Amino acid sequence: MQRSFLLNFSITLIGVLFIGRLFQLQILRGQKYDPINNAAVKTQYDYPERGYVYDRNGTLIIANQLSYDVMVQPNEVAPLDTLEFCALLKIDKASFLKRFDRAQSYASYLPSVFLKQLAKEDYAYLQEKLHHYKGFYIQKRVIREYPIKSAANIFGYISEVSESIAKKNTDYQQGELIGKAGIEKEYEVYLRGTKGKKYLHKNRFNKVTGSYKNGILDSLPSNGKDLTLTIDIKLQQYAESLMNGKRGGIVALEPSTGEILALVTAPSYDPNKLVGRKRSKNSIILMNPNNPDKPTYDRSLMAQYAPGSPFKMMNALIGLEENVIDANTSFRCYEGYQYGRRKNEFMGCHCGIIGSPMYLKTAIAKSCNSFFSNTFKRIVEKDNNPSEGLNNWSKHVKSFGLGNYLGYDLPAGAAGRIPSGDFYDNRITYRWNASSVISNAIGQGDVETTPIQLANFTAAIANKGFYYTPHILKKVAGEAIKNKKYTVPKKTSIAAKHFEPIIEAMHEVFKTGTGKLSQIKGIEICGKTGTVENSIKIIDGVKTQAPDHSILVAFAPKENPKIAIAVFVENGGYGSTIAAPISSLIIEKYLKEKISKPWVEKRMLALSLQEVYDKQNSKEIAPGTK
Amino acid sequence: MRQERNNIFAGIDFTLVFLYLFLVGFGWLNIYAASRTTEDVEFLNFSTKYGKQLVFISLTFPLIVLILFFNSNFYEKFSSVFYIISILSLLGLFVFGKTINGATSWYNFGVIGLQPSEFVKAFSALAVAKLLSDRQYNFALVKNQIKAFIIIFLPAFLILLQPDAGSAFIYLAFFFVLNREGLTLNYILLGISTVLIFISTIYFGPETIITSLFILITFVVVFIIKKAGKLFLRFNWYKIVGVYLLMGIFVFGTNYFYKHVLPSHQKDRFDILLGLKTDNKGIGYNSYQSELTISSGGLNGKGFLNGDLTQGDFVPEQHTDYIFSTVGEEWGFIGASLVILAFMLMMYRIIYLAETHSNKFGRVYGYGLASILFFHVIVNIGMVIGLLPTVGIPLPFFSYGGSSLWGFTILLFIFLRLDAHKNYDW
Repeated sequence: MQRSFLLNFSITLIGVLFIGRLFQLQILRGQKYDPINNAAVKTQYDYPERGYVYDRNGTLIIANQLSYDVMVQPNEVAPLDTLEFCALLKIDKASFLKRFDRAQSYASYLPSVFLKQLAKEDYAYLQEKLHHYKGFYIQKRVIREYPIKSAANIFGYISEVSESIAKKNTDYQQGELIGKAGIEKEYEVYLRGTKGKKYLHKNRFNKVTGSYKNGILDSLPSNGKDLTLTIDIKLQQYAESLMNGKRGGIVALEPSTGEILALVTAPSYDPNKLVGRKRSKNSIILMNPNNPDKPTYDRSLMAQYAPGSPFKMMNALIGLEENVIDANTSFRCYEGYQYGRRKNEFMGCHCGIIGSPMYLKTAIAKSCNSFFSNTFKRIVEKDNNPSEGLNNWSKHVKSFGLGNYLGYDLPAGAAGRIPSGDFYDNRITYRWNASSVISNAIGQGDVETTPIQLANFTAAIANKGFYYTPHILKKVAGEAIKNKKYTVPKKTSIAAKHFEPIIEAMHEVFKTGTGKLSQIKGIEICGKTGTVENSIKIIDGVKTQAPDHSILVAFAPKENPKIAIAVFVENGGYGSTIAAPISSLIIEKYLKEKISKPWVEKRMLALSLQEVYDKQNSKEIAPGTK
Repeated sequence: MRQERNNIFAGIDFTLVFLYLFLVGFGWLNIYAASRTTEDVEFLNFSTKYGKQLVFISLTFPLIVLILFFNSNFYEKFSSVFYIISILSLLGLFVFGKTINGATSWYNFGVIGLQPSEFVKAFSALAVAKLLSDRQYNFALVKNQIKAFIIIFLPAFLILLQPDAGSAFIYLAFFFVLNREGLTLNYILLGISTVLIFISTIYFGPETIITSLFILITFVVVFIIKKAGKLFLRFNWYKIVGVYLLMGIFVFGTNYFYKHVLPSHQKDRFDILLGLKTDNKGIGYNSYQSELTISSGGLNGKGFLNGDLTQGDFVPEQHTDYIFSTVGEEWGFIGASLVILAFMLMMYRIIYLAETHSNKFGRVYGYGLASILFFHVIVNIGMVIGLLPTVGIPLPFFSYGGSSLWGFTILLFIFLRLDAHKNYDW
């Protein structure tokens, strides 16, 4: 062996080892290295202004306002007169120390929020005084403002982005704002705009030493897009005022487009309550699950009620389509319908036409239970097997968008429920038949719908067999939406010709039937009242049945309908006494802008069901349950 | 021939000169990148590190001319004088030295400071070469071995007292020289196994190591007895017992030394390297930042002056001991490998040339030079790329600092002088 071997060998060994290590560090690990997201680069954001929101008539409904935070950078703070400073900010000394410690423990060389969102009136005064205190300064931020104290359920709110989203989505940094509900959430991408980014080079003492790569990667902020909603804010406000003191939901649609004109849930709250410094305090009250009013729960979208009598139109339509009834079909009603052999297997009826043959039009106008029970029975029994019959029925019902999420552009909702043959096959162990599930004939039993589904159903009748998926966005930055989901009509499984008699009958409701008292001169309203029974509950050891829900669906005018509406008033009693006058007031307001029966308006505005609600506040009656 | 002998550059190996210029030049570019503070380009601003280094570099040229001016005889004859001056200069530090960062390694001459340990390496190499090239010198005699050890370890010991453990450690490089000249390999093997046992004791704990060592020794003993017969045991039992005892003492001694004697900052460096501790903000900050900085360079690097971690001053002491991290960041895998290859090439070349010397003095000196370079490169780059603990010694020719640059220049160019004259009979 050569004498030079050992040293030469060692040199080679170390050389290979070192180059191998470099390979590991630079090639294998180097690929994971993110040039922007490292210690040497500081990203400074320039925040865009969030998009404004207008209603269908161009009224500004969501705007921005400036808010002022007191910031502190602890390492720059000079000794100060704490007492005077506290008096200035209207905080006590303990709070001062707590806030200061928090800022200090976050990072003494970085600014952090000392006092959030000053009142506007304090700002001017503080601005002048604060420069005496080194290390403290005021930072401007943009927050939301709702000029019209209405439609909180539609608007939603914005608040600090959650840690998990900030981690996953690179568009957000911790502490930034994001839409949390309503359109603020749904259309966050349009509204938020794009942050401007400025990359700065900093050294290891976190001192900025200049711009990174001379700013070639920097970008300017671009403001959020302005949105125009389909809602008519005046109509919305009017409908909200009519729901004062009541619980429930109202949905008004434009049948020819599917645009949502009003979307009311009651009780609601002032959207400004969830803005700014008072947000966290208010949100605790509003979102408290023990609050029986559930103001943040959108009943118009989420509450699932039995639809009651308006569902009779559905059964009539299916009966016509399936050819089990026609205009000449008549049934007799003997104050009810005996669906089984036993005495208690009897469904009462208040149609008032006893024993004489009744045709479809009268049956709808008078809301006869017997007629539709017979119809439903025929539909179910058309096939040999009740399960198949009911499956077929269910298919028709679902073609109206019932029993599933409608697909509208708001981030809250419920599917509702439309039972099928399979549903009962699974639930009922014995051999069932049409009589076993007869309640569905009159919209009770297992059928559940949300107010917006029922409004959409009404719109589909008004359109004679098709509907546009309801939606709330009309324009983005002045351009009409093009989303096919909302611009292409959806067909129901019922032929157009079958709608004629139904519309006639609904017209009859407001002329001679259950809605007679709410008819309005000069407007041909077609509608249907509903009164939904609540199930019996035991409260404080007493069997109690909560008062019925009052329901009405309607559209107007009869020819070329402009508005379709569904009104639910929880525990409001008969559909004709509360829901019907409220509907006709809204329709008149929308079509004529003038109220011909101010006394009805006054009565409805003043009517409060609070006593009824207070009575059942013990425990479990959640809104939306039967 | 005669004419050539009058030309001081005649016979100089230009491969080495080229490598030298490359390392010094490239080194300066990286010092510039690591130490510049403003956007403006002012090479000749002497208040800056890169400006000063430029002065140091330009002063190497008269130094080189001076070194080449003398002929080989001069270095051989006066090697003992140089050595004695070296020792005196190290001793003088204890009286006149200036203490920086806890170590008294510097003479302060107003504008400039000199670090004698950087120069002593060259003169120690001369002294070793002188001793070993003596015709009467025979390595078989322990007496001669001890002589060599004294020459080598006297300066190392004085440097250790400063204290500058890193620079003292470099003197172990002379074992390669001694081995080349006939010293048994056992010393190196002993050294390596000591280090291995030391590190594994820290890492695995003394109990595990002592158990596995005892098992290993027992196997060896059993194997020997099987081969040599039972008589072996009768005559050598005390040696066997001695080995067991020695191992036990060493392992537990190491453990005790590490836990109770070693200063905590050095202990922390080991802990971090062995992954027993992570502290990327405090004591481990240097290594962590250095590795990160190198990783961020990728294959091609970010380009000259575009290393944002270098420019942001994230790696402390980057212009001196951590200069290699700048290479890694701005010149990438390609640039960093190139530097390592340049060092390897330089060392191969020195060894190759040394072997061609007919005269023993030049050969021993050449080996001394190659081994010292080798140790510096291992310790410095090993530290920067996170394979070895933090030990503050410069990267030859590359790091900022006049003493280091001049020390290595002297070391290299004395060899070039000896090499140019190797074929002459003098």
